[in-house]
Amino acid sequence: MKSEIFTLCSPRLSEGYLLMKYALKRAAAGLATILIVSFLTFAAFSLISGDTATAMLGTSATPERLAALRAELGLDRPLLVRYGEWLLGFFTGNLGVSTSYKQPVWEILGAKFRLTLCLSLMSFVLITAVSIPLGLWSAGRRRFEGARTALNQLGMAVPSFFTGILLSWVFGVGLKWFMPGQFPDGKEDFAGAAVYLFFAAVALSIPRIAMTVRMLRSTVQEELGKDYVRTAISRGNDRGQVLRRHVLKNALPPVVTFLAQTMAEIVAGSIVVEQVFVIPGLGRMLVSSIAGRDYPVVQAIVVILAFWVVLAGTAADLINQRIDPRLRIGGAA
Amino acid sequence: MKRRNGFLTAGLVLTCALAALILLGFFWTPYDPNAMAAGPKFGGPSPAHWMGTDNFGRDIFSRVLKGAGATASIALATLAIGAVCGCLAGALTGCFGGPVDELLMRLNDALTAFPNILLALVVISLLEPGKKINVILALGLVFIPSFARVTRTAFASLRDVNYIKSARLMGASNPRILAIHMLPNTAPVLLPALTIGFNNAVLAEASMSFLGIGVTPPDASLGYMLSEAQGMLFAAPWYAAGTGLVIVLMVFSVGLLGEGLRRQDKGVL
Amino acid sequence: MLEIRDLHVKFPGRDREAVAGVSLSIRAGEILGLVGESGSGKTVTAMSVAGLLPRKQCDYSGEILLDGKELLHADRAELRNIQGREIGVVFQEPQSALDPLMKIGPQVEEVLRVHTSLSREERRRQAVEAMAAVELPEAEAVYEKYPHQLSGGMLQRAMIAAAVIAKPKLLLLDEPTTALDVTIQAQILELLKRLNRESGVSMLFISHDLNVVRKLCGRVAVMQRGLLVEEGEAQEVFHHPHHPYTRRLIAAIPTRKRKEGGA
Repeated sequence: MKSEIFTLCSPRLSEGYLLMKYALKRAAAGLATILIVSFLTFAAFSLISGDTATAMLGTSATPERLAALRAELGLDRPLLVRYGEWLLGFFTGNLGVSTSYKQPVWEILGAKFRLTLCLSLMSFVLITAVSIPLGLWSAGRRRFEGARTALNQLGMAVPSFFTGILLSWVFGVGLKWFMPGQFPDGKEDFAGAAVYLFFAAVALSIPRIAMTVRMLRSTVQEELGKDYVRTAISRGNDRGQVLRRHVLKNALPPVVTFLAQTMAEIVAGSIVVEQVFVIPGLGRMLVSSIAGRDYPVVQAIVVILAFWVVLAGTAADLINQRIDPRLRIGGAA
Repeated sequence: MKRRNGFLTAGLVLTCALAALILLGFFWTPYDPNAMAAGPKFGGPSPAHWMGTDNFGRDIFSRVLKGAGATASIALATLAIGAVCGCLAGALTGCFGGPVDELLMRLNDALTAFPNILLALVVISLLEPGKKINVILALGLVFIPSFARVTRTAFASLRDVNYIKSARLMGASNPRILAIHMLPNTAPVLLPALTIGFNNAVLAEASMSFLGIGVTPPDASLGYMLSEAQGMLFAAPWYAAGTGLVIVLMVFSVGLLGEGLRRQDKGVL
Repeated sequence: MLEIRDLHVKFPGRDREAVAGVSLSIRAGEILGLVGESGSGKTVTAMSVAGLLPRKQCDYSGEILLDGKELLHADRAELRNIQGREIGVVFQEPQSALDPLMKIGPQVEEVLRVHTSLSREERRRQAVEAMAAVELPEAEAVYEKYPHQLSGGMLQRAMIAAAVIAKPKLLLLDEPTTALDVTIQAQILELLKRLNRESGVSMLFISHDLNVVRKLCGRVAVMQRGLLVEEGEAQEVFHHPHHPYTRRLIAAIPTRKRKEGGA
């Protein structure tokens, strides 16, 4: 009903209405995913929550003391109640208290989150800036295709921690452009911190660049084989015009989705890279918390990362919906 | 098509060579990997010690061989769990469809949005980090969704194909259809997926061991060795180089193999 | 106007030539039908005329002359100049032959964009005019739509509009009605006849359906396995076929259609 009224007013308005409806739907779905993930991890961790009390008091604590601590921490209440409380806390900025550091989780994570965010964004920009031109260039070339594929496979085979070590060796120890293992404070030495992060971002990006180039190349080549390209040529377009006017737009949706997944993979990769370069970010915190069984911290980080991943995916979906009218629910008026 | 498939040949040759070497390593290594002072401390690569020695004088090549064996076997075990369970689940839902299929696909979509390592870390944090079996379980579990999806897509697309329909009309039973008609046709898609899965498993296990929550000593692992090697970068850079290169070589060879299989399939089509 | 002289095209890996020595000519204002089964080489012949032959991947020889200008061996830039402007092409499947992410209007006016320097408003005006000329209802509205929102028949009309908007000398149609319903088929054929009458554009109409060709074309040429086996006035060929292959094609048409058609 409403959409018809809008159609009467103007086709643009009804298009906008449908887009908004779709966006809200997508946002709701994303929110649901985050809720499910956070609940599952919360439930899983609470199965072993006895360990939290044990972790805090040590294995020599008496059963009475453990029970008392559990009651104090509220660990003996029903699961849903505890989850609800946690959820409420999440939205109000209270993420619980770290069992290792005895500090509010949010305080501990704040600066680390910003750092990992910087690293991730730097990496994403690097990947996009390198792989898109490279991928497009590669798609047009036919010669040495085998060699380029082999090189691509090599790029995907090098783990980021190995690249990190190599970079540390060459640029850190060798050329002394940065001191491996000593991440400078951003406030004091911004340039130094930026350079340091840059090398970490490079280590992180290389395998993903290889994968993106490969993906772009195959997508563009697939599009080039389609009928509308032949039609475009029959109208007198030259190669560049065909690419710019038709192929690029059509090749975009799968690439956009892939880039969203890239964002997720960067998140995962940063866990390892932060370890290699000793960067005090979220990833490093996650590892040490897992080793130390600090579940409030692990829970919080997992949900933050989940949020990040879902955000990237939703953004990609919305962008694709804008590009490809066929994906719009109900079709554009 | 009689065109020579370079990738397949190269991939097969490299993979088999490595496999043979690793298999040999299970029974015999030049030196006892754990023997301290098998050679000089921090000795560089030499005819006696092809990859040099570490801070305890242990022969790095022997350790790397053992570690490669461990990494490969973990990856294979992971693959076994993930592929068997995943393909089974995918085959069943893909074959029969229905609301279960829909639900599982949604779940799958949500799960695959998250990077493998993240999920594996979460699972392993629930189990005890550092034990080999837990690593295998965690990774195997994490790999199930992607195999399920690949198989399910392949089977679902075949479900409505004409020769399946006519087989059904002729009264062929479901298991027969599965085994004789559907399975051979999904093989071309599954094989490259298996190689990709293997590589992902190797990299995931190496990463987790590097972080210290995968396989830890006394069990051998390339990832853990690499983290040790990082600490000795000044004194013994060959340690990191050797260990890292072996990982790269493993993944590269299997990657070439997968590419070759993919091309073979495309050529046939 | 168009002359094909002894065209040979061979693709690597195939045993015989796709086109094994074909010579054809089309006069100005004429509609020539090219008939044959799949594999007869009719599409390859048409693609050669349209400049869409993948010249780097096949062996070819012969001459194709458009008003005296040789096309088969012309370089890419010269070909591009002619494509769209002097030769228009209509393909078989309109849904896949059009860019799914581009509105209809800009696709119809694309030839103008490539070959002329008309302003956006002027191009739009001409596109709407062209769409109205091919009997697309509410041309202004259709201009803003996407291909997936239109039916096969309407899309094909849009393709025809796009192909004739620059008033080319020759229109190539590769099985344009094969993917359409029979009623729509008839409408499109009528449309093409009208276009030919009003603007005098020559047409090369390719089909495997001799019946359809008989309704539209003045002259007919029959191809089999890369060779031209029969040629002549449409009615002549239909009623008095010489070549046994032509006879078989005609015999294959269901009896009632055979008697009905060719009004």
